[in-house]
Amino acid sequence: MSGTRRKEEGRWAWRLTGFVTLCVYIFMFAPIVATVILSFNASMFGGFPMTGFSLQWYAKLMNNDAVLTAFRTSLWIALVTAVATTAIGVVTAFALVRFEFPGKQALSTLVILPALVPETILGVGLLVLIKAIDQPRTMLLLVLGHILLAVPYVVLIAQARMVGIRRVYEEAALSLGASRFSSFREITLPLLIPAVVGGALLAFTISFDNTSASLFWRPAGVETMPTQILSMLKISISPEINALGTVMILVTVGIPLVGGLILQSLTKLKRRGEPKEEVR
Amino acid sequence: MKQSSLREHKRLEEGAYIRVRMNNRWTLYDPRLAWMLVAPVLLLLIFFLVLPIAVMAAYTFFTFVTAGVETSALTTANWQEFFTDSYYSGFLLKTLRVGAITALLCGVLGYFPAYFIWATSFKHKWLLLLLLIVPFWISFTIRTFSWINILGEQGVINVALLKMGIINEPLQMLYNEGAVILGLLHFLLPYMILNVYVSLEGIDRTLIAAARSMGCTSAQAFREVTLPLSLPGLAAGLLLCFVLAAGSYVTPQLLGSGRDALFGNLIYDTIMGELNWPMGATLSIVLFVVLGFFAAIYTRYMGMSQIVKGLAG
Repeated sequence: MSGTRRKEEGRWAWRLTGFVTLCVYIFMFAPIVATVILSFNASMFGGFPMTGFSLQWYAKLMNNDAVLTAFRTSLWIALVTAVATTAIGVVTAFALVRFEFPGKQALSTLVILPALVPETILGVGLLVLIKAIDQPRTMLLLVLGHILLAVPYVVLIAQARMVGIRRVYEEAALSLGASRFSSFREITLPLLIPAVVGGALLAFTISFDNTSASLFWRPAGVETMPTQILSMLKISISPEINALGTVMILVTVGIPLVGGLILQSLTKLKRRGEPKEEVR
Repeated sequence: MKQSSLREHKRLEEGAYIRVRMNNRWTLYDPRLAWMLVAPVLLLLIFFLVLPIAVMAAYTFFTFVTAGVETSALTTANWQEFFTDSYYSGFLLKTLRVGAITALLCGVLGYFPAYFIWATSFKHKWLLLLLLIVPFWISFTIRTFSWINILGEQGVINVALLKMGIINEPLQMLYNEGAVILGLLHFLLPYMILNVYVSLEGIDRTLIAAARSMGCTSAQAFREVTLPLSLPGLAAGLLLCFVLAAGSYVTPQLLGSGRDALFGNLIYDTIMGELNWPMGATLSIVLFVVLGFFAAIYTRYMGMSQIVKGLAG
């Protein structure tokens, strides 16, 4: 008797868990869905109800020079950030996993810090520094700042992958006469590819999406996409912003998804040729 | 005889070692090579993270003259102003309160989905996990302002309620502290769920089966086994949510009124608006130290639990 009651209790607890989960997922995506839907609204006002289907806000967006310039700026910054961060991050992860050197522990803690310190503090700090040495804010500063913000994630991703690659492969290449560089390029790097691609994509999104720190670091007169959106929001909520949001979602969700799919098919192709490896 | 040959051998080896050193030949995993590899990141961290915070700490003692101008005459005026003016401590307390409320709500609301994903027998579990990662890819600014389409005067809720005739006037749901916390919750929930999920994944499922076979109900097994073992992930999630919420700038800016500004907004306005750099630096250092204090408590506590875990395992 009490057994069935307990079973009932367990079932109810499980149902409650499922229900809360569903609510959380709805909570996560409802605003985004609403924004995408509203971007096709024919109404002049950026809100419900829908008065008809229209692409006019996208057309308007295509003619908005400020938005296009900001988009291009952000795209370039994000591309440079992704490439540079991946290069230095992967090499750092290699050193942190393979080598023993004094200060290694301190460095691996220090490298995670930019992800933990609030952006406002990082933003103010760098500004105070360049003010103290009397330097102007430049594009280079902004890009280097973005690299700083993205580097912890790339190092962590590459480190996690690196740990799983046994060093005997590289050492075998070295003992067969390969140079340090070519053993890294021919052995380590191909095995690291998933981390390289994953890290680069993440660095791209972090840079493309960065708002708070960019507000401090951008050179006078330069707008990145998020700061442009912020300044547009200060004026009013027009349906144009909803259209812009939808385009941004397509870019930032589409790129990693496509990248992930390509990566998956790549590793699948490779798996076929490889002898069975231990799972994970 | 044997002794001397051994000594001879050792001497030869030492000689070889010294020769290598003299040739400056690098060993396979030479620390010098490691330093060269980490040099770019190290330089970046020094010049963009360590040095700025150090200079900022020095700036807190500079004298503010007028907007945008300060002298390096040392003073404690900024710190005195911070500690005596209740305006600043009020801001700090409000920020910590909002951060704590957000983190706790994240913990409560985030545990259920994490547990569900971990325990479900649903075949496409990866899809649920992917959906958790997708928000990380969507611009934070867009995710935040999209709440205006839900809560605003022309948002989903108001339009639906007006249509149904439940209300005559649109409800004012935006630009208050609740909206700010809601926006922060929306931004931080994925962090929490993933943290808890990772620590749940680390639990040996046979422990739960063992508890059940010893007569535990599923609720007891959860309370005695699953929940305690997932606490490290929950604690990590709480710290992360707290720190990120307390350091936020965009969310209060977009979803709050002037009264709901948090410490990050105060810092921004002090520097970009009033151009009072010494005070801005002081406020930044305060936030840095306060959040660092919480992180230190956490590491200490987690270090302890790691030891306990090591002893138990």
